[in-house]
This record gives sequence, C-alpha cells and structure tokens, in this order.
Amino acid sequence: MSFLSYLINGISLGSIYAIIALGYTMVYGIARMLNFAHGDIIMVGGFAIFTIVSTLNLPPLLGILVAVVVCTVLGVTIERVAYRPLRGASSLAVLITAIGVSYLLQNVALLIFGSNARQFTSVVTLPNLKLADGALTISSVTIVTIISCIAIMIGLTSFINKTKVGQAMLAVSEDNGAATLMGIDVNRTIAITFAIGSALAAIAGALLCSTYPSLTPYTGSMPGIKAFVAAVFGGIGSIPGALIGGILLGVIENLSKAYISSQLSDAIVFSVLIIVLLVRPTGILGRKINEKV
Amino acid sequence: MNKNKVRMRNGITYGIVVGCWILVQIMDQTGHMTSLLKGILVPLCMYSILAISLNLTVGILGELSLGHAGFMCVGAFAGAFFTKCMENTFPNLQLRFFLAILIGAAVAGVCGILIGIPVLRLKGDYLAIVTLAFGEIIKNLINVMYIGLDKSGFHFSIKDTMSLGMDETGVVIIKGAQGITGTPKASTFFIAVLLLLLTLFIVLNLINSRTGRAIMSIRDNRIAAESIGINITKYKLMAFSISAALAGVAGVLYAHNLSTLAATPKNFGYNMSIIILVFVVLGGLGNIRGSMIAAVVLTLLPELLRGLNDYRMLIYAIVLIVMMLFNSSPKAIEIRSVFIERIKKKKEAAAKEAA
Repeated sequence: MSFLSYLINGISLGSIYAIIALGYTMVYGIARMLNFAHGDIIMVGGFAIFTIVSTLNLPPLLGILVAVVVCTVLGVTIERVAYRPLRGASSLAVLITAIGVSYLLQNVALLIFGSNARQFTSVVTLPNLKLADGALTISSVTIVTIISCIAIMIGLTSFINKTKVGQAMLAVSEDNGAATLMGIDVNRTIAITFAIGSALAAIAGALLCSTYPSLTPYTGSMPGIKAFVAAVFGGIGSIPGALIGGILLGVIENLSKAYISSQLSDAIVFSVLIIVLLVRPTGILGRKINEKV
Repeated sequence: MNKNKVRMRNGITYGIVVGCWILVQIMDQTGHMTSLLKGILVPLCMYSILAISLNLTVGILGELSLGHAGFMCVGAFAGAFFTKCMENTFPNLQLRFFLAILIGAAVAGVCGILIGIPVLRLKGDYLAIVTLAFGEIIKNLINVMYIGLDKSGFHFSIKDTMSLGMDETGVVIIKGAQGITGTPKASTFFIAVLLLLLTLFIVLNLINSRTGRAIMSIRDNRIAAESIGINITKYKLMAFSISAALAGVAGVLYAHNLSTLAATPKNFGYNMSIIILVFVVLGGLGNIRGSMIAAVVLTLLPELLRGLNDYRMLIYAIVLIVMMLFNSSPKAIEIRSVFIERIKKKKEAAAKEAA
C-alpha cells in the first residue's frame, strides 16, 4: 500500500512538472529559446494567490483567476520587453537575458514579500479520499493535480490541432521563415505562446504551493529546473513528451526518495536523464536532428 | 606581423593583471583598502579564473556548459581533503597548498575527461542540460559523503559518521552536508594573482597553438574539421578537461579562502555555473581578456552597490538585461553602426575641410 501511495504522489508531483514543462517545451519549440525565467513565473503565481487568499481573504478560485491573469500579462510583457528585441541574436544572448529576468523577478519578490517563507493555504478545500478502509489515503490536492494535468493536456492538444492559432504555432515551430511567407504573424504567435505558457505556470504555481505549502522568492527555481529536465527528458519541443517526461521524473524522484535516499534523489533523477539522453540523444519523443553538410 | 599582434594583445592582458596587482599594493601601502575590498581580492581572481576556463569550453570549443561549478566543487574538495589529510606529512602550509592545487586540478581534469566522454557526444541545448545535471550530481554526491581517517587508513560511508567504524584516533574529514571544516586559510592575493597569470598563460598559449586552432575549427564547422583529419573527440575532450582542471584550481583557491567548505546550492549549484556563464557571455565569447574584465566588474558591482542594500541585486539584474539588449539585439547593433558611420563621415568631412 505504501508503494501505491508513493507512486500516486509521484504521479501528482510529475503532473506539476509536466504542466511547467509544457511552458518550457512550447516556448522552445516556437521561439527556440530556453526561458530560464519560467520557474519564477510559477513563484509570481504563487504569491498572487497568497496575496488574494491569505492577505485579502478572498475565495481561492478568484485567487487562481487573478494569478493566471497576472502571470499571462507578465509573461507577455517579458517577451515584449526583453526577448523580442533579441530575436535573431545568438541563443546564448537570449539565455543570459532570460537569466537576468529570472534574477529580476526573484529580487522584486524579495523586496515585496521578504525572504521568510510564507505559509501557503491550499487552494483545494475538498476532503481527502480514503481507500481500502483507510489503508490508503490520497489527498485531494493530489487528485486535483492529476485531473488538471490531464485536462490541460487534452485542452492544449486540441487547441493546437483544431484552432487556427494552434496551427499557426505549429507552422512557426516548423519553419519560422516559411510561416512568415504564409502570412502568419510570427511575433503575435510567439506572444500567444508565452501567454499560454505563463498561464499554465500560474496554475502549476497554485498546485505546487498547495502540495508543498511553503512560499519564498526562490520557490520556483528548483521545480523550474526539474521541469526543464522533464521537457528535455521527453524530447524538448514535444507536448506529449513533456507529459511523459514530467510524470517519469516525478515518479522516479518520489520512489527514490522513499526507497533509496532522500538526499540522493536529485542525483538519481539527473542520472536517469543522462542515461536516457545517451541512448536517445534528443529525448524520448524528440525528433531526430538531421545534419546537413 | 600577425604573430606580433597576438603577442602584443596577450602582453596587454598580462599587463592588466600585473597592473591591477601593483595598484592594489599601492592602495594597501597608502591605506586606501577597506576590509571589504581586501576580502574580495581572492574571489575576484577566482571568478576570473573560472570565467577564463569556461570561455575555453563555451567560447573556444563552442559547447554550452552549465556545469562548471561542479568541476570547481570537485577541485575544492579534492584540494581541501589533501591539505587536511597531509597536515602531518607536509607541515609546511605553502608546500601543502601548492600540492593541493596540483591535486585539485588533476582530479577535476580527470572528472572532466570522464564526464566529457559521454557528454560531448550530445549537441547544443542537450549538452547544456546534461552538464547541468552532472554539476548537480557532483554536488549531491559530495553532500552525502563521509570520509574519516584513523590508524588503519581511510573509511568511507554515505550514511553518517557512526557508520564509518573508526577507532578512537579517527578524525572525520568530510562530514556529509557539513563538508570539510577547518581548512587552513592559505589563499593569498599574491598566490591568486599568480594562478590567474598561469591560467591566462595556459589558455592564451593554447588558443594560439596548432591545438587551439584545431579546437576552433571544430567550433566553426565540425564536419569540415573532420574532413581535414582533425580528431574531433580528442580535441573536444582536451579543451573540456583543461577547462575543468582550471576550474578545479579555482575551487582549491576557494576552499582555502574560507575556513569551512560545504557544497551548498549557493556556491556549487547550477546558479554558480550560470553566474560564470554570464561573465563569459558579457565579456564576449572567445575573448579571454573580456571574460576576465566582466568577471571583475560583475563581482565588484554588487559589492559597490552594498550601500543600496536590498536594491543591489535588483540593479544587478536590470544592468544584466539592459547590457544584453544593448550588446546583442540586432536593432541596437544597427543603431550603433549607423551612429559610428555618422561619426566617421563627420570626421572625413572635417578632414576634407582642413585639406
């Protein structure tokens, strides 16, 4: 029974990673950049909910809504101000700018909220689920996390495959120049991608902070890196890859924490990543890169 | 002609370092040094060494590495471990420190080869994430490592100090997450500057050698390099391991600048690797002097802004973003070139009028 509960918690953690990884993967697929500030958007989402729910005593659902709006606006603004001027510059320059943005968000949060950890009240107020006469308890947050992850995946996949904007996103990720020739507004498409990624980050922030209820300006950075690893794991640029990578990562992390060593869990996660990449150099579902001579 | 130019340029780089050292000596003699400034001298050299060595991987070899702090961590622990163990064998601290530097460099270099063999098969962002992963693994492993020494030799464990099973004469040298305590403070500004000059000497000579040109040809066009018979794996590994070994030297310097050495996310985590990468990119890829200057300026900046307290990291972040936008954005480059052309035209016009 304990194995089952570790497994379910792992899937839940993995679902959060998957939702964050989606943001990484979409932005990478479309703008070819590693958005290192993505993890900090999660933190901003967490603080937005914290302000609404704990400080202003408003309902959690409103908190999530506000967080989504705040993060979306923030994501689009960051893209407009910091990343768009660098389109066409070397990818390293964009990477460093993203790191700068990450520092900026962390330090603004540090100035407003201080470095002390805040107690985050869970946004999920449902009762826990008890199975098999109480031998197995699954917390409501876990269930909500897994369900929202599945819903987001289905929603996003159909959005990309069924709508015109989604098709435009696919086209831009396939070939930037050709998409421009077909009359697709590349800048607008990239802005929409950032908006979706940031909105997802806000939801991930709500779920993450509900599962691990301590909130500091640095809350987002480690899950951000892990989600980045998950995105690479599944094959960066691929949406189902993000799901598979995220869930595998979460399960491996939780199981190794439970059965091997809690201190070594990160090392184990990263080792698995390295082994996967050595066998499949572009991740599990990644496309093979053909080399042109 | 070309050779002289290179010699001249390298001479200026060495000159800057020596000049800075003399300046610090003068300031010290005339009493213009604050204790804050004195405390930052060794870290300045350390960051410069790190930036120069990472530039070898990122700028010269052209592979993005996000795990440089991992090699620094290996070097730091290997060096500090040596100075702690050999306290009785080599009572002379200077000699012990010198040997520790060699050992730190060697261990980090070997780690570089071991990690480089699998990692360098990957490309681009995948390589970056794997080096990041390796850096984190190294930090994680050191955090659970316990090593003790007693009469019967070394004892190793990954659980706790009790499971080392030492007799009563045993001393714990590496104590898990607490790391190594009581490392002798052997790093001085003089040694740090010497090491920096040595690093410069190694890297600058490497770049201007046949080997260096081979490495740069891999960066510029791997397939073309391969077709003219350059052994890609050999040169890639060479650059990567030299870079790692130099990071190890910086690590030893770091370890002997503080009395306790523990692997925390702050000093050996991916954040540190990223900070070093920022130096390299802002200094200019492949520009050794640039990385050195960027390392010094960006390390001094938060210290000089200390008066602003809470706002200093915020300003640092903004400066970083603005500098990147100004340096790399295609529009900014265009505006700059237009501006420079206008000045040139004005000068020409002035020259014509004068004639």
